Amino acid sequence: MTYARPKIDLPGQKTNKLGLALRDYEGALSTLCAGCGHDSITAALVQALWEMSIAPEQLIKMSGIGCSSKTPAYFVHGAHGFNSVHGRMPSVATGALAGNRDLVGIGVSGDGDSLSIGFGQFGHVIRRNVNMLYLLENNGVYGLTKGQFSASADAGSTSKRGEVNQMQNINAVATAISMGASFVARSFSGDREQLVPLIKAAIAHPGCALLDVISPCVTFNDHPGSTKSYSYIREHQHEATEADLISPREEIKASYYAGDTHHVRLHDGSTILLRKVDPDYDPTRRNNALGFLERHRSRGEVVTGLLYIDQNVPDMHAQLRTTATPLKDMEYVRLNPGSEALAELQRRMK
Amino acid sequence: MPATQSRINDFVLKIATVNGTGSASANGLLMKALFRMGIPVTGKNLFPSNIQGLPTWYEIRANRDSYMSAAGRVDVMVAMNVQTYHKDLIEVSPGGFLIYDSTWPRERTLQRDDITVLGVPLSKLCNEAFSVARIRILMKNVAYVGALAALMDLDLEIIMTLLEETFASKPKLIEGNLKAIMLGYDYAQENFTCPLPARAETMGDNSGNILITGNEATGLGCLYAGATVGAWYPITPSTGVMDSFTKYCEKFRIDPETGEKLFCIIQAEDELAAAGMVLGANWVGARAFTPTSGPGISLMSEFIGFAYYAEIPSVFIDVQRVGPSTGMPTRTQQCDVMLCAYASHGDTKHPILFPSNPHECFQMAVTAFDLAERLQTPVFMLSDLDIGMNDWMIPELTWDDSYRPDRGKVLGPQELKKMERFVRYLDVDGDGITYRTLPGEDPKGAYFVRGSGHNRYGGYTEDSDAYQDVIDRLLVKWETAKTLVPDALLSKAEKPTKLGIVAFGSSDGAVTEARDRLAEQGIHVDYLRIRAFPFTHEVVEFLRSHDTNFVVEQNRDAQMKSLLMLEANDIADRLVSILHYNGMPIPSGCVVQGVTDHLEEEAAA
Repeated sequence: MTYARPKIDLPGQKTNKLGLALRDYEGALSTLCAGCGHDSITAALVQALWEMSIAPEQLIKMSGIGCSSKTPAYFVHGAHGFNSVHGRMPSVATGALAGNRDLVGIGVSGDGDSLSIGFGQFGHVIRRNVNMLYLLENNGVYGLTKGQFSASADAGSTSKRGEVNQMQNINAVATAISMGASFVARSFSGDREQLVPLIKAAIAHPGCALLDVISPCVTFNDHPGSTKSYSYIREHQHEATEADLISPREEIKASYYAGDTHHVRLHDGSTILLRKVDPDYDPTRRNNALGFLERHRSRGEVVTGLLYIDQNVPDMHAQLRTTATPLKDMEYVRLNPGSEALAELQRRMK
Repeated sequence: MPATQSRINDFVLKIATVNGTGSASANGLLMKALFRMGIPVTGKNLFPSNIQGLPTWYEIRANRDSYMSAAGRVDVMVAMNVQTYHKDLIEVSPGGFLIYDSTWPRERTLQRDDITVLGVPLSKLCNEAFSVARIRILMKNVAYVGALAALMDLDLEIIMTLLEETFASKPKLIEGNLKAIMLGYDYAQENFTCPLPARAETMGDNSGNILITGNEATGLGCLYAGATVGAWYPITPSTGVMDSFTKYCEKFRIDPETGEKLFCIIQAEDELAAAGMVLGANWVGARAFTPTSGPGISLMSEFIGFAYYAEIPSVFIDVQRVGPSTGMPTRTQQCDVMLCAYASHGDTKHPILFPSNPHECFQMAVTAFDLAERLQTPVFMLSDLDIGMNDWMIPELTWDDSYRPDRGKVLGPQELKKMERFVRYLDVDGDGITYRTLPGEDPKGAYFVRGSGHNRYGGYTEDSDAYQDVIDRLLVKWETAKTLVPDALLSKAEKPTKLGIVAFGSSDGAVTEARDRLAEQGIHVDYLRIRAFPFTHEVVEFLRSHDTNFVVEQNRDAQMKSLLMLEANDIADRLVSILHYNGMPIPSGCVVQGVTDHLEEEAAA
């Protein structure tokens, strides 16, 4: 069953530029386990989308299969959703955004969905730089089938039953950076202060923005042998950068400039403000980013923040030179060359 | 030597070459010369799954009675490939001719008492006339066209005009080509008795016809249907469909002011992704399709089932090749009928269109999009390599400018405003087709597409009754589909008969020719050509009104016959299979023999 959330309008609640309240960005009640990291990410999404005043009908929510892929039902009930087949969310998103480039696309996936069955599509949507937020809710485990290791489980970490994972893990962010991704970030479901601005920056970014969020599975992967547990991440999180999205109309305050600040101006006029928490980190240089990630990984640390950005990589439509009008709105008369052209083109077939 | 039968405008000319040597343009020249002489003509490629260096053949059939199928004979063989001399020699029909490059005489190896071997020193002639090595190889092909012009009485003026048209942008090339033509022509005139009994003669008027491949026509159909998103993964023999769509989009769909493209063609990472892209684009309201072949359909099957259950319009074009598995990618079959009819796990079935020639490829590509959006379901068009990659003569394609796409039941903001609440899967009209909305338009129309169990309101369900309610309603839609798909075409025999033939797709030419041959023997057969699945009512009526129905198809397991039996199990004992599945296009002789063998068996019993 889908459980609708009772809608109660509270007097005096804050509204955004569209006159919508935070509640208008909520969805059905979650059926995930109590304390699931994914629900915290959903809450951060609701907050970010509300703050950005994105019209619900302009949003499309897409997913594959797994616990993470259930979550599009839990936010923005006024947006269309597409819960596709396992590992294939990126292709559905690519087609949808090919047909209507004006939509704001959010793809929600998990580590099984993206790094095992859908590893190919994960790589190619990044290469194609489809303009969307690719949200990878990463818990290192197969939750719906009760606790098998996923490809993101670290070598040496254990399952709830005590088995030791022998294989090396697939590091989603390093893989994405090495494949030429234009925006790569990592966060933690328990760190909402970091997560909300990263989601906003990712949505504003004009290309495929990968946001890998470590999201502990309270039922199968929140135990002492896990490297994706709440306590492990809290102890080992290493924040490399802090990010903030400044909308075109907001003024950039002097306080933002504290420390080593870098700002990235986007085509829509908004600005991503990046503050380096770790002075060694340079999120605009691929080699530096990869080296940094590897150094900290070998110490067992999980680097978070906006890890890599290049807003000048052409997105799919720029690569293909697609018209600015959404193709689904294109008048048929502009698409059909007509009977005379048909007669003309057949002259060379005679 | 046997007396040679005169074969004016009724011959098969086969050219054996090595792929990558540029013989395609020479063969095209021969096709067009015959076409412009007003003779009905078809050209079939027989090529290896390889780019350069392996044997390849091109078979031209000229036939005054417009028979288009594989003839099963060779009257004139041009043997340009030493590797296949032996095979090519055997293939010539008694009384026929073999022309070869006698720069290196092989009178002893190329010996057969019942055919005539003609040696033309093509290499020697070209080596003397041209200095550049690559040009010599290319001109050797043009020179055999010249020799054939003399031997088969092709109109030299037409050939010259064709060369001028071909090289209009590179006039320097015309002279060399003309020279090569005359080298072959003059040699043949001087050394042989021209023309041969197998020859051409100016005939009717082909100005209302064109030469085209099915893949090119299919791509054009997608363009005219208003498709804007094409997603694909390259696979033989379907690649030509996207090549054609791309070519015509580049020609007609680029904004002259901005240079922006009014289309989006995505080469996907695999067929699974191509299918996902097609679903995504159709979900948001853009017409999208994918061309593929059997292995691609296997890979796309999960998404096809999803589109069936979530009711997303989508168009899948399967240009069939030989299976199973990788099979023979450059050979033809009709082996994906069952695969497409029931693609994907669970209870699924899908409308299929069966074009018989490029003309129908064009029309049915448009129909496929209309049906997909009207029925909100995956629709297949099953072409094959024979239709898709061979050169067919068909009546010129026409277009009705008043046509507008049938977008089916789509509710926009205006309609939604009048409704209290929108639900996705409620059958309001009783035809099994429900209303859909498009993302990006109105929050009131928002719904959740899912392949998991859902109820008529679009909500997730694990409730038995609510699940069954939807899955049963899809059967109502299936009944509606029967009233919308193209009907079968009936061709009655001259005399009343209890014998019927049922065929579809590229078997049409062989059946048409076979019926004439059978009628000459006094065997009259009615013919029903199936053009779609689900079967329209006249298909079952036809089967019931004939005591024996021959089901002609190009696969081993009688897939169409099985499908007919599933739909109407009372007629099973009236069905007799005629099967052809060696990878070559079905010849009419196969059908004639299938019918006569069965009748003889019956008579003996």
